[in-house]
Amino acid sequence: MEQAAKDTYLLTMRHIDMFFPGVKALKDVSFNLKKGEIHSLMGENGAGKSTLVKVLTGVYQKTRGEIEFDGQVIAPKTPLESQKLGISTVYQEVNLCQNLSVAENIYIGREPKTAWGGIDWATMSERAAKLLNEKLGLSLDVNKTLGFYPVAMQQMIAIARAIDTQCKVLILDEPTSSLSDHETARLFEIMRSLKEQGISIIFISHFLEQIYTICDRITILRDGTYVGEYEVKNLKRIDLISKMMGKEISEGEIESNLDKATASSDVLVETSKVTVPGKVKDLSMQINKGEVIGLAGLLGSGRTEIAETLFGVLQKSEGSIKIDGTEISIKNPMSMMLNKIAFCPEDRKLAGIIGDLSVRENIILAMQAKDGMFRHMPRAKQNELADYYIKLLRIKVSDREQKISTLSGGNQQKVIIARWLATEPNLLILDEPTRGIDVGTKSEIEQLAVSLAKEKNMSVVFISGELGEEVRTCSRVMVIRDHEKVTELNGDEISTAHIMQAIAGDYHGHA
Amino acid sequence: MRNFISNLVASRFFQFYVTLVLFVILFGLGSVMFEGFFSPQVFLNLFIDNAPLIIVTVGITFTILSGFGGIDLSVGAVVALTCMSLAYLMRDTSLHPVVCMLLVLLIGLAVGTLNGFLITFFRLQPFIVTLGTMFLCRGLTAMISRDSVPIDNAFYGDLAFWSLPIGDCFLSLGALVAITVVIVASIVLKYTAFGRGVYAVGGNEQSARLMGLKADGIRWGAYIISGFCSALGGITYSWIMLSGYTQHGLGMEMDAIASSVIGGTQLLGGVAFIPGTLLGVMIQGTILTIISFQGTLSAWWTKIVVGILLCMFIVLQAMVNEHKNKLMNLKAESTKSKPKAKA
Amino acid sequence: MDMLKKLSHSSLALPLAALALLLLFNALFVDDFFKIEVMENGNLYGRPIDILYRASSLIILALGMTFVIATGGVDISVGAVCAISAASCCVMLGGDISGIPEHPFVLAILCGIGAGVLAGIWNGTLVAKFKIQAMVATLILLTAGRGIAQLLTDGQIITVYYKPFSYIGGNIPGIPLPTALLIALCMVSLVIWLDRKTSLGLMIQSVGINQTASKYAGINVTLVLFCVYIFSGFCAGTAGLIEGSFIRAADANNCGLNMEMDAILAVTLGGTLMIGGKYYIGGTIIGAITIQTLTTTMYAVGVSSDRLPAVKAVVILLIIVIQSEKFKQMYRNYRLKQGSSAAKEAEHA
Repeated sequence: MEQAAKDTYLLTMRHIDMFFPGVKALKDVSFNLKKGEIHSLMGENGAGKSTLVKVLTGVYQKTRGEIEFDGQVIAPKTPLESQKLGISTVYQEVNLCQNLSVAENIYIGREPKTAWGGIDWATMSERAAKLLNEKLGLSLDVNKTLGFYPVAMQQMIAIARAIDTQCKVLILDEPTSSLSDHETARLFEIMRSLKEQGISIIFISHFLEQIYTICDRITILRDGTYVGEYEVKNLKRIDLISKMMGKEISEGEIESNLDKATASSDVLVETSKVTVPGKVKDLSMQINKGEVIGLAGLLGSGRTEIAETLFGVLQKSEGSIKIDGTEISIKNPMSMMLNKIAFCPEDRKLAGIIGDLSVRENIILAMQAKDGMFRHMPRAKQNELADYYIKLLRIKVSDREQKISTLSGGNQQKVIIARWLATEPNLLILDEPTRGIDVGTKSEIEQLAVSLAKEKNMSVVFISGELGEEVRTCSRVMVIRDHEKVTELNGDEISTAHIMQAIAGDYHGHA
Repeated sequence: MRNFISNLVASRFFQFYVTLVLFVILFGLGSVMFEGFFSPQVFLNLFIDNAPLIIVTVGITFTILSGFGGIDLSVGAVVALTCMSLAYLMRDTSLHPVVCMLLVLLIGLAVGTLNGFLITFFRLQPFIVTLGTMFLCRGLTAMISRDSVPIDNAFYGDLAFWSLPIGDCFLSLGALVAITVVIVASIVLKYTAFGRGVYAVGGNEQSARLMGLKADGIRWGAYIISGFCSALGGITYSWIMLSGYTQHGLGMEMDAIASSVIGGTQLLGGVAFIPGTLLGVMIQGTILTIISFQGTLSAWWTKIVVGILLCMFIVLQAMVNEHKNKLMNLKAESTKSKPKAKA
Repeated sequence: MDMLKKLSHSSLALPLAALALLLLFNALFVDDFFKIEVMENGNLYGRPIDILYRASSLIILALGMTFVIATGGVDISVGAVCAISAASCCVMLGGDISGIPEHPFVLAILCGIGAGVLAGIWNGTLVAKFKIQAMVATLILLTAGRGIAQLLTDGQIITVYYKPFSYIGGNIPGIPLPTALLIALCMVSLVIWLDRKTSLGLMIQSVGINQTASKYAGINVTLVLFCVYIFSGFCAGTAGLIEGSFIRAADANNCGLNMEMDAILAVTLGGTLMIGGKYYIGGTIIGAITIQTLTTTMYAVGVSSDRLPAVKAVVILLIIVIQSEKFKQMYRNYRLKQGSSAAKEAEHA
């Protein structure tokens, strides 16, 4: 029986241990991949998914264990070695060179050569065009520099590169996080066609929905250990989450609505016909005091741009923005900070944390910027403030002088929120505050948004691609499509179905 | 029309075109202003006088291209060290000049290897490392001799004065070596896996690694090439100077960087075009020629003009990049709007 | 013991150790190294004073450079700016042999410093406003700077006979310490004040570590960058006056030559990384003094000035290798191996 099972597996990893200096990242992890299946690797942040993938692809070296691939024991030492064996990877950030042509990006490292040993550019372009056309159904100018194509296209090109090598296993590490729904659907089509061609795919994603749409089986990791291997169709979502978190949670805990905030009738921010060329079209909206207002829409629909306009990162060309009834001119983020508006940006690593500074310094930063260079906050006051927010938001740190880059994603996010709470804003804009964060911290942040509105009468703009999250937290949801406000949903109207209908353009109110 | 200009600006060769036009304008300006300027020999003299700088600039371009803040400040000092070593070897030993030249090429390779090793193995900043080797080579030069050492080997003198007649004009051996270096470097960068690897590593090192390129090895190679070119540049320099001296090649690294930038190399790495680099050197040479024809202006005007040109080109680069980003955004939007139409 | 451990982990450990080593060498091999005498005119004299005195313009340059490097940039034009500053001051004073200045002394000094600040504004505009890479932007002035200085002096070396000008690089009559040292002390206190009592330091570091995030946190990145380059220009202007006063002349070709390299070296030696971020004022100062001590020591043991770079180079390369992450990691691994083999031996026993 066992022998039979073994034969159907293309790849088996047994008893894998992996040490980083001082830390055990993987403990006795096993992983089995069948030929021609789409297999998801699931786990919270830091569960060891990426580490396992990197051991497989030769970026890291395992400390103990055995990898059997296609009937042979392998121990790749470099990504190139694993690639030659037939294991290719496409990473979350497009890992190609923006300054080279599309064709080169596909063939670099294994360029076709002419008789006298030079690179054969003509053959390379020809092959690249053929590959993109036949396998992925794309036709584009392969001699153009890669940087000219949008990210989604670059991702497809990365996949083209990956499957052109005698690829048997394709690893997709969070490929969808920067794609729109339409682009994701296109990606899934390609994945299915690759599967039919007999390629096994390891798919890593934070979106449960996608896992259930595309995957056949799931392997779950937790804290660097192996939890189990399941057929997708036999595993309920709620079970999946409880296995990932390692605790039983009732359906209600995740799905149930929080006790939502009720908005007062006082208007805090009012925009009328605000336009930013190419980013925001004719936006008129109101934000009331003490409400959590959601911005829903597809990625790239203009959600983030609206938030950035409200915070003064983008400059409006027309229209007016009133705060507390008085019209204000916006030059830069500072002018909005002085009007008590705060903004936690979407990309935490790039636009949020100051990696090498301590938690304390990260917390006081915005406040200090607001006070100006010459009104320096005394150290004692800084400490007091940092400690207060560390306790309030339950940020897990060894002490306030710990470098923020050493914290987990969820705790980093909390520090950024603390940074803005410290400025005592009237309006807090949270742009994708829970992306890439584990389930526990996710619900903590959702609750925080609601309680800030309820208890401090703060207005919160909550932007999230996860509709369930919007449904749970927001007392009003604005739906955005193509840089325009489509509709608003209030109170009982708010449901995943309604929002989706509104995004699709066929929601017309209760009737 | 707009579209044409837009595409032209975004083209990979835009910088090269600008440099070319600038060179033609400068040379034209000289021809109009001074009698006897517009002659093939004046043009060829640009190669003859600047042979060492051309060779050194090609080398430094490799290091800039390889990214990670790539730069090789040691080139001028290596030129001085090779000149001095040549002069010393020919004065105090009975080695044949050819053997001496091979030996000093080894010195260049050694310096390049040391630079590359420190930069790739310890991941140190190229700026600091090559600053260190620059000091080292200058110091070593002074250790061989603090005074100028003349080269009076007969064979070597013949080499230095040998020239290839082209019609009524001629090219020196140094200029021929420089032209060869430019051609070989262009071919290496365009048609070899190593050359494309240098572009890839300079464009995005992490990606290059994940695509299976040996990033460290490639970058190391770039520094070895730069070391070799510096030594070769040093040999051609000694053909001009026929001496070894501690002050030889002083500030040459900055001239080389300036030429490279004027020739379209981006100091962030990943973008360079060797023929453009050659033009960068020739533009500097043309300015010098104009100043020498003019007669009353001091040589330091070259510095100021080169500074202004450098400034123009750097601002131009910044503007072109901005333009490219805008183009990209427009493209991204137009591709995004397509699915919308379907829905 | 605890103190010692803390010290060995602090950023000052390396420059201090290097300095201590040098001083020890001097104590053993150079006679009367630490002897300080009072000269007839009341001035203090001795090698330590001499080192501090010679190091002062380097310290000033390095202070400005520290901030610039902390923002992730570099200012390679400072040496050339020194030359411009010295040239403009000397031109204002004029080379009249009678020693009568053409313009008031204060005006000339302001002119010199002003030239530095102007250069800083130029660099700052390119880096902060046009978003040009710092090394490239400052390369322009490095290339053109000495040309500009020569333009100012008309290609001549202007020798200034006006007496008070020599006080800057020498001693003001009646004050026992060299003026340059006093100026350096003023600059150090100014920088420490800026660091401790304003939040400039926090902002510089944030900008150096993550510019985008700093912008989103409301920091005016453009202004911060602008400020550091102006400050660096100001420092270069001041150092230029001292350098000019040393030789009582404006030498456009040699004034402040290679000092940008020494300043960068002092900053990195002090523990500030070239990629920007955390900076260490104390480290920079000690770094600058260490470099000058090295120079003086080498002179004392008879190494000539043109051979000195070789020694300096070996020191630089050694220090940056020791500071590198890779080396630290190798050292840790070595320690771990030693530890485990010791443990194994213990087991065997």
